[in-house]
Amino acid sequence: MDHHLILRVITKILVAPILLYGLYVQFHGDFGPGGGFQAGVIFAVGFILFGIVFGLRRLRRIFPDYVVHQLVALGVLLFAGTGIVNMALGGNFLDYNVLGEKGYQGQHWGIIAVELGVGVTVFGVMMAIFYSFAGRPPSLDDKEW
Amino acid sequence: MELVLTSLLFFALIATAIAIALVRRLFAVVMLAGVFSLLAAMLFVLMDAVDVAFTEAAVGAGISTVLMLGTIALTARSEKQPSSYSLVPLVIVVLTGLVLIYGTLDMPNFGAPDAPVQQHVGPDYIRKTPQDIHVPNVVTAVLASYRGYDTLGETTVVFTAGLGVILLISGLGRRPRRRKRGDD
Repeated sequence: MDHHLILRVITKILVAPILLYGLYVQFHGDFGPGGGFQAGVIFAVGFILFGIVFGLRRLRRIFPDYVVHQLVALGVLLFAGTGIVNMALGGNFLDYNVLGEKGYQGQHWGIIAVELGVGVTVFGVMMAIFYSFAGRPPSLDDKEW
Repeated sequence: MELVLTSLLFFALIATAIAIALVRRLFAVVMLAGVFSLLAAMLFVLMDAVDVAFTEAAVGAGISTVLMLGTIALTARSEKQPSSYSLVPLVIVVLTGLVLIYGTLDMPNFGAPDAPVQQHVGPDYIRKTPQDIHVPNVVTAVLASYRGYDTLGETTVVFTAGLGVILLISGLGRRPRRRKRGDD
């Protein structure tokens, strides 16, 4: 898409706010609408937009395939690991009360950790799916659209 | 006012669905599918389900559109003309639709306070969230804390789905097999 000047300029302006919004949705999910799932998607969309306009190769330089694949697993591990930490501290699996001095403080930490796990996995999966689709040689020319 | 908006959105939704069925250019179909998702998201907002609307807009209108466009780039741009028309599918669809509508006749009205959904655990969650968790968004409290185990399952489903896509179509090279000694 080298010849689409307008798309390139607009994308450059848009990517940073999209990522910032993704972070906002991720860490503000317990106070407003949103949470890990939506944040993971929005964060991935920011990078996918970059990849569509500036080429998959530049995107793969930021997030190589193996990093994306590890992120997919890391999120689930973070989620389940939170539960195991709870058990190690003497609570039940995914009972966050033991994480803080008072019950609700522990709940806050637990929710942040768990939502981060969801976000990381969803981000990784979305990127991996995009890579699998866009990484194959296309059968259509750019002009055919 | 709300009734007008809701019926307007529903009519737009139906019109989009019919257009999707009629249009043969797949690029237009993908864009219309995005429009469909955005309209559905607006309906969810009207029903006060902001979190669901958020997901619908991000996944349905955002990422699905991109993935569908990627699929078109790999396959074909327009739908093939069917060789023959038959009435059987139409009859099946109409019958199924009628059965579904008949099923909704018994359901409680939208937002009815005496609906079974509103009387089970919902009121408990709403009452206890401010004391137990101190979080203003009850949806997050239910998803991440009260029902954390379910969400762990959901995340695992997303993980498994991603794994399946990676294994099936990412075209990662096979690991080079170790040569056996007898081969050379």
